[in-house]
Amino acid sequence: MDTREQLRVLSRTGDSLSFAGKIREINMFPLFAKGIEIFQINTGRRCNLSCRHCHVDAGPHRTQIMSKPILDKCLEILSSFPISTIDITGGSPEMNPHLEWFIGDAARLNRRLIVRSNLTLLLEEPYRHLMDVFAQNRVEIVTSLPDYLETKSDRQRGTGTFAKVVEAMRELNLRGYGMKGSDLLIDIVHNPVGAYLPGSQAALEHEYRERLLTEQGVHFNQLFCLTNLPVGRYLDYLIESGNFEDYLSTLCHSFNPAAVKNVMCLTTLSVGWNGSLYDCDFNQMLDLTVNSGAPSSIMDFDMDKLKNREIVINNHCYGCVAGCGSSCQGATTTGD
Amino acid sequence: MSYYEPKDLADFPNITEWAADQGNKFFEYYGAATGAGKLTEREKSLIALTVAITQNCPYCIDAYTTKCMSLGISSEEMMEAAHTGAAMMAGVTLAHSTQMRKIIKKKEM
Repeated sequence: MDTREQLRVLSRTGDSLSFAGKIREINMFPLFAKGIEIFQINTGRRCNLSCRHCHVDAGPHRTQIMSKPILDKCLEILSSFPISTIDITGGSPEMNPHLEWFIGDAARLNRRLIVRSNLTLLLEEPYRHLMDVFAQNRVEIVTSLPDYLETKSDRQRGTGTFAKVVEAMRELNLRGYGMKGSDLLIDIVHNPVGAYLPGSQAALEHEYRERLLTEQGVHFNQLFCLTNLPVGRYLDYLIESGNFEDYLSTLCHSFNPAAVKNVMCLTTLSVGWNGSLYDCDFNQMLDLTVNSGAPSSIMDFDMDKLKNREIVINNHCYGCVAGCGSSCQGATTTGD
Repeated sequence: MSYYEPKDLADFPNITEWAADQGNKFFEYYGAATGAGKLTEREKSLIALTVAITQNCPYCIDAYTTKCMSLGISSEEMMEAAHTGAAMMAGVTLAHSTQMRKIIKKKEM
């Protein structure tokens, strides 16, 4: 489904207000950025997996890869401004041929440096050495493991994926990742395997920790719960399975005003593979570039215009403020 | 139109209408009783799901099946809980046959 069609489908909120109408109701419209704390770089849409929930629609067939001049521009901006977190995502970042060089240079900036990896590629050549590259550069690894049950996880990500992730985690544990007393961090992303919202992050983290340790012998640091947003391949799934109306209705009825105050776009700038700028990775996949006078290309980067920009919103934004809230760093409220 | 419609579940918070004091007290109690305490939220959700199934409440079955999924409870665990409920219902029925047997024994020559 192209992005225009996705936005058309997302306009069907039934009895509920649009997202803009909902935040207007609580006097929070429009949303404005509060600076840039997280610089999220989508290095490309190529991936060795084709997960059923992927909002990026990533897969082996995709060819879009971020070029070195754009990565150079990212480094120039990061060197010039005290942005605290560099968050590298994809697709599979490992499939960008410039990743190793970029990590080396980015690590010298002494920021929080995150790579979102599905881990499965790290067991294969020519990617295996990246485990050591990550460790040497103190890269924080964030990996997706939608469930601690192999059958459920593999239903979303493909047969054999769970076993490979666990094997890679064991190797990373041996390097110190996720181990007590080590500063090498590996976090897990949980997202529901189906048309429902994630439960309590604390309760799920407890369960993951127990099950992964006793059944698989692996350690990790934190669990981040992410709500599946109705974008990309997950939107296709919702429509094909007859769950779209119920799911969007659930998102609308789970609206949490407290989560609006913490929504990640307020402090994030997302860079697309071709240098386009977005308020988040979901807007990126819907072709909703930053707007309202702020430059939409990294080549025209202007911190003064971007740091207080008006956020571009649409109805998929309900996903980030439903229940306990959702972000690339997990839940945004405690749910109390 | 069916008497039970899935979208009715979203109207549940509005049962405070016309009796706000009692309704609000119910929700306060409901939250305290179903939230984590000495028992975890997972354990309480499985209890709630089992009660919902045995009491044939389609709204509660919908809400608690979804909640159990959200909490990472597997299909196998939920089905075991359903069997516990079924066994309890069977046991409750048969335990009441004690009354029947007592009356028969008293009244028959």
